[in-house]
Amino acid sequence: MIIFIFFMNIILSEAVAIEPNEILKNKELEAQAREIGKELRCLVCQNEDIQNSNADIAKDLRKIVRIKLEEGQSKEEIMDFIHSKYGDFVLFSPPLRFDTVGLWLLPISFFILLTFYFFRKR
Amino acid sequence: MKYFFFVFFFFCIYILYEGLQKDPNLVPSNLISKEIPEFSIESLEGKNFTNVDLENKEVVILNFFASWCPPCKIEHPQLLKLSNNIPIFGIAKKNKKKDLLPWLEELGSPYEVIGMDHNGLQSINWGVYGLPETFIIQDGLVRYRHVGPIMKSDLEIFKNLTKKK
Repeated sequence: MIIFIFFMNIILSEAVAIEPNEILKNKELEAQAREIGKELRCLVCQNEDIQNSNADIAKDLRKIVRIKLEEGQSKEEIMDFIHSKYGDFVLFSPPLRFDTVGLWLLPISFFILLTFYFFRKR
Repeated sequence: MKYFFFVFFFFCIYILYEGLQKDPNLVPSNLISKEIPEFSIESLEGKNFTNVDLENKEVVILNFFASWCPPCKIEHPQLLKLSNNIPIFGIAKKNKKKDLLPWLEELGSPYEVIGMDHNGLQSINWGVYGLPETFIIQDGLVRYRHVGPIMKSDLEIFKNLTKKK
């Protein structure tokens, strides 16, 4: 079973929706584009990154990421551009801000709290 | 401590219940109250259509549509009504002229200018993720964004928001 899961992971992790004509000739840029694609959420499909989605908007976002990479923009610039247009929803990891600090700190504090509760002396 | 977990459990249930009632398809626009993005695209007549055209007017409506999009046909009569009072600009996403012209001829055109967004990149520039989407622009700032077709029941909102001072 473990071996099966291991192989399924390898097979599934390679599955992407990128079409052959989208792929950049420059391998380094293409690798960078895929890295960015993994961090952007497709807006019309629930919880899928743009890399794996066949939706029209995901295709367009993949395209604009590649166009901007070829123009020589950095990953941060591209992420900022798309974030400025679509807001926090498009990012898989929300930025650390005053109103999002709970998202980051709550899980950690629960973990610590529950660990204390679990291991306390009875 | 037991009491705490009891309260906490119901707090979680409440959060989940609230969350389930939200529509995950509605992504809030990040452009509200911001200046409209700069752009320059070809219009249907082959002229230049830029952000300056939208900034020059007091209140305008910008509508993203396409002849291949069925909900756009549903909102069309509402746009025609609104165009009597407010200038409406259109951006046709991934639309060929030969498809768009007969569509406009059949339904009538509420648009002053139609920009042609051939590759869909202009839609990304505006944070559009589905068609149709409609923006109300006042003095060069984005005031309101409507996702999906404008129905008859939405007309009131639009009339109120586009009232001239």
